[in-house]
Amino acid sequence: MANEKTLVSARAAPNHSVGPVAWLRGNLFNGPISSVFTLLAIWALIAGLTPVFEWAFINADWLGETREACDSGGACWVFINARFEQFIYGFYPDELHWRVNLTFALLAGLLAWLAIPRLPAKRWAAVLTLIVFPVVAFVLLHGGIFGLQLVPTYKWGGLMLTLVLAVVGIVGALPIGIMLALGRRSKMPIIKSVCVIFIEFWRGVPLITVLFMASVMLPLFVPTEVNLDKLVRALIGITLFQSAYIAEVVRGGLQAIPRGQSEAAAALGLGYWKRTGLIVLPQALKMMIPGIVNTFIALFKDTSLVLIIGLFDLLAIVQASLADPDWLGYAIEGYVFAALVFWIFCFSMSRYSQHLERKLHTGH
Amino acid sequence: MARPSTPPPGRQKPPFWRDPAKRALFFQAVLLLAVFGSIGAIVSNTLNNMQAMGISTGFGFLDDRAGFGIIQSLIDYSPASSYGRTFVVGLLNTLLVSALGVIAATILGFVIGIARLSPNWLLARLASAYIETFRNIPLLLQIFFWYFAVLRALPSPRDSISLGEAVFLNVRGLVMPEPLAQPGLVWTLVALVVAIVASIVLIRWNRKRQDATGERVPAGWISLGLIAGLPLLVFLISGRPLTWAMPELQGFNFKGGMTIIPEFTALWLALSIYTAAFIAEIVRSGIQAISHGQTEAARALSLSNGFTLRLVVIPQAMRVIIPPLTSQYLNLIKNSSLATAIGYPDLVAVFAGTTLNQTGQAVEVIMMTMAVYLTISLLVSMFMNWFNAHVALVER
Repeated sequence: MANEKTLVSARAAPNHSVGPVAWLRGNLFNGPISSVFTLLAIWALIAGLTPVFEWAFINADWLGETREACDSGGACWVFINARFEQFIYGFYPDELHWRVNLTFALLAGLLAWLAIPRLPAKRWAAVLTLIVFPVVAFVLLHGGIFGLQLVPTYKWGGLMLTLVLAVVGIVGALPIGIMLALGRRSKMPIIKSVCVIFIEFWRGVPLITVLFMASVMLPLFVPTEVNLDKLVRALIGITLFQSAYIAEVVRGGLQAIPRGQSEAAAALGLGYWKRTGLIVLPQALKMMIPGIVNTFIALFKDTSLVLIIGLFDLLAIVQASLADPDWLGYAIEGYVFAALVFWIFCFSMSRYSQHLERKLHTGH
Repeated sequence: MARPSTPPPGRQKPPFWRDPAKRALFFQAVLLLAVFGSIGAIVSNTLNNMQAMGISTGFGFLDDRAGFGIIQSLIDYSPASSYGRTFVVGLLNTLLVSALGVIAATILGFVIGIARLSPNWLLARLASAYIETFRNIPLLLQIFFWYFAVLRALPSPRDSISLGEAVFLNVRGLVMPEPLAQPGLVWTLVALVVAIVASIVLIRWNRKRQDATGERVPAGWISLGLIAGLPLLVFLISGRPLTWAMPELQGFNFKGGMTIIPEFTALWLALSIYTAAFIAEIVRSGIQAISHGQTEAARALSLSNGFTLRLVVIPQAMRVIIPPLTSQYLNLIKNSSLATAIGYPDLVAVFAGTTLNQTGQAVEVIMMTMAVYLTISLLVSMFMNWFNAHVALVER
């Protein structure tokens, strides 16, 4: 047939709507104001980052043992190299570092078990992490039994102490926080008001005053015979403080569970504890994980405050080694290293929590 | 076949431990006993311990002579002043750095939060790099960085960095000319108050007129001109009753002028930058919470970009923004207590630090310090609740 209908073959999109030029125009030079901002930002980036890059990488010294190795005018990473062991383990004896490594390897393994969805028996993992692991970790780190050499807590320090403070703080605060949140939702007026007062008190005061209280007032509170270790006192303060924040996260999770769940369980004849433990909490806990991770990030950053009461966490040990006469004048290097360590931990945890939030947001 | 009707079983009274009301009473009594028991044990232990250590109790120490100096004080203070006065000085310093921090963090946070949503790819990326960097580094580390690595590394007073021969930056702080009020200055202040009152009246009149007739005058610009212009006019007419005390280098330090101490600058910078990262995220999520239809409807009514933002998006976003913003403000106030780590004389540093060390009265001092923060927290949340109710959606 003569008038056979033929389709016009598809043409490529015009140049101004696809390709790198179009992307530039749409995202960077979209109108005069946007263009000015872009140019300003590019100029600021080049002007600001070039010297930083030169300082940190090009002119930096990496290898060596003493400050004599740092002569090229850039960053002196030799300082970090020389002090690295101390920044990580504090004053923990060199030959016993394997105990710290083993403890944190165990923790990492357990957390991976909990976090990777495909692995089975989460319930056992949770029990191991929350109940068995703290005991094992204490025995490994502190020693004194099973033929392990005793390492007193004043020798603990660096990143290891930071992690101990944060992990103990959160693990200790979880059960207290859950009880407080349940108490706050209770219908019994006295239980409710005691919980509300407790939570609002700790949320209303800064962590520093809590640490001050733990270090100067706690020894007065207990009978003279009881001698509380400085680390234990700090841990008590941090745990109480943190439990109030956890309680608010748990309360948020509990509120998200419809009443019908609890009512249906009551109709089946379950009592309060069975209703809470078997029906409400398992559903609520799942929703609370992002909130708990966020609380943990805040706590992880806040552990740096213990330097004020004389414990040597990562920041405190960096700060102390800046005053070492052999390494005067390398403050920026020390702070950059500490900041990087904190940042890696906090950033990856916040990414994980955002990922969970997206996963749990099962749509409406 | 009808079921044989059995008489309903006689309601046996449950044993008393199965009665929910009695059980509730029992649990609450146990809790009360436990709470009061532990408080009692703590009080008796504390009294025993303090007696054994020879520490006196009570608030009598507040009238004693403090005997130490404070590097920054908003009120008259000397080592001869009492411990009570150190408390007030510390409290005022805490409030000063918190108030200035809240203002700076709010401005910076809003700018970055809005930049984060900019259609400009580079700007949005820079804003999110700022947020991710600063909120994931501990505040104390940031304070240390600004104080020890930046401000303490500045040159000595003799080699100060000079800005226009009037402002000097050195290791002891930022030295500036100090304004000295002369007798006639009070009229300028009166003019300022008059201008502010007139602006408020003008804006209200303008709003009423717009509601009635639909016409409006640019009240915002007129008010701005009024507030800036009228005091300036009065200031010039009354013969410029303000002199400046210029700082001068004498020996090893500056005399005259006023000095912003580096401890304050470091704390203020770190608090503002850190909190701004959190506020930016709050602002972003607040603006994103407003459904796109709102903006589209405003555009359909041919409102300009500025009006859409000012009249449609921001008033609605504020409802989402205010509650988390309040808790950021409270965090900032509580975080200002980190001052003690670099020696800025805030409440915790001078009172829970120096005063406690000198008197040894830990219980009273810590309790007073905690009470201050609790009161501030309560007052701020009460104000914010009131404000929140003011802007809340009125359900019809």
